[in-house]
Amino acid sequence: MAQTQSQKILAAHCGQDQARPGEIVEAQVDLVMANDVSAPLVIRAFHQAGGLQVFNPQRVVMVADHFTPNKDLAAAQTARQMSEFASQHGLGQRFEGAQAGVAHSLICEQGLALPGELIIGADSRACTYGALGALAVGVGSSDVAAALITGRAWFKVPQSIRVVLTGHLPPWVGAKDLGLEMLRRLGPEGAHYQSLEFHGPLLAGLDLEARQCLASMSVDTGAKAGLFPADQVCAGYLEGRARRPWRALGPDDQAEYSQVLEIDASRLEPLVARPHSPHDVAPASQAGREPVDQVFIGSCTGGLLSDLRVAAGLLAGRRVHPRVRLMVIPATPSILLAALREGLAETLLEAGAILGPPSCGPCAGGHLGVLAAGEVAVSTSNRNFVGRMGHPKSRVYLAGPAVAAASALAGRLAGPEEI
Amino acid sequence: MLTGRAWTFGDHVDSDAIIAARYLVHNDSHLWAKHVLEDLRPEFAGQVGFGDFIVAGRNFGCGSAREQAPLALKAAGVGAVIAVSFARLFFRNAFNMGLLIFECPQAARAVHDHDRLDLDPYSGLIRDLDQDNTFQAQPVDPYLARLVSQGGLLRKVARELQDSYKG
Ligand code: SF4
Repeated sequence: MAQTQSQKILAAHCGQDQARPGEIVEAQVDLVMANDVSAPLVIRAFHQAGGLQVFNPQRVVMVADHFTPNKDLAAAQTARQMSEFASQHGLGQRFEGAQAGVAHSLICEQGLALPGELIIGADSRACTYGALGALAVGVGSSDVAAALITGRAWFKVPQSIRVVLTGHLPPWVGAKDLGLEMLRRLGPEGAHYQSLEFHGPLLAGLDLEARQCLASMSVDTGAKAGLFPADQVCAGYLEGRARRPWRALGPDDQAEYSQVLEIDASRLEPLVARPHSPHDVAPASQAGREPVDQVFIGSCTGGLLSDLRVAAGLLAGRRVHPRVRLMVIPATPSILLAALREGLAETLLEAGAILGPPSCGPCAGGHLGVLAAGEVAVSTSNRNFVGRMGHPKSRVYLAGPAVAAASALAGRLAGPEEI
Repeated sequence: MLTGRAWTFGDHVDSDAIIAARYLVHNDSHLWAKHVLEDLRPEFAGQVGFGDFIVAGRNFGCGSAREQAPLALKAAGVGAVIAVSFARLFFRNAFNMGLLIFECPQAARAVHDHDRLDLDPYSGLIRDLDQDNTFQAQPVDPYLARLVSQGGLLRKVARELQDSYKG
């Protein structure tokens, strides 16, 4: 039987020739992650199950990213607990203090997730590592605790939807717009219990940051994972980065997909998702001109170096509208450093941005830019549910960095072509 | 064989509706059992009998992926949940917490509130005794059935660990 990329990876990790859709398999995992929201539950469950040591200290990543730098006492206690657990168990990968950043972005850029691997994380966006050709799945804290002990987890083998990306990206259109178009077409349950597997000629022009954004947004279609092939772009990115040897596992030519979704990038224009649903997607040019109080450029799907470059390109030599707080939060320390070296940081600060320390920032309403009642934001993050970024009466538009920067300049929802 | 009465619910019953976040500050499944599903059916927690079934529509357990949701249902005595479909993480969490769930669109649509049901977990056969009707649910995968009979994922791992220390 010809297999999809997801099936191939599962089969390879449970010692079977094949993994059939719907089948339950118990498989060896290559990497296990938790963050400061899930780690306290994971650690409790680890002890509850009688865990004394982790299966492999090099294959566990715990990063405090939602509330770092510690925003209050509770956050500080959690970070401390994680750090003590890491010391006790000799965890090899530590990202604390100046090394901290958004866990998913760190795991990709540090070469900790690799093609052909099977990864679980106690966070819905663990699927981000699909950018690197891994099957990466968000699971519950007990799953992660059990895997910390045994190195194993159970999986229901998914069917896959083949997402074919074609055409060329028009000016100001990027990964976030492709992702929003995908959410518009598939809806919140369109890929329920399936994987998305990305293919098509556009892939050659999509770098690893764009792929992280799309792999991450897969979860908003109900998908279990979103996977890219480990092509030359991927291999090039991993050179000098990969922490372990790897072997790509791609789909068979004859693999069966439950559905094919083709997205022609050439026909897209900059998009937004209106409050309060990531699926209520419209062209930025037709989404109204609502005044904006805050713009957030950051998160695992909008705080990468390419996002800062697009934003700085628009903001260069201009000033942010006086009514707007523009928060720019690079996802990782190395992105912040690159932004400094490239002069992006200067451009952003001169335009009137607030530059925050690498973290999730206000993406999940944690800190560094939480919204008040009645406030309106444009954000390059990925969820805009009621109250997600602060007060239940605040409203958030999701968009790519171009629309975000344009809106910061205009003081209202605006498309980049208006600037 | 599981027997009990049906309690019917609609589509998209989210984990907040199953157990509201305001009760999660207490890590106490007996407390959760008293408040399970209270925003949707306030009488449920007080009247549910041991072994009764939840019968629901699409995407049961959607929303935030809290493991307390299946734990609260189990603590309240729910024998199994039958639904058209389950949210992905509820599906995982239910088996990990030792709660049986069945996908069966036919039963989910036909069964009336308070019908008496019996359900054979091994074959997936559901009988509605009041309507004299039967439905075939997808049987539970043997791996997951074992997981439930071992009391859930953490108990299973704990037992394996004990065995390995002895061995
Ligand atoms: S940046 Fe936002 S979506 Fe990404 S991990 Fe942090 S809170 Fe979650």
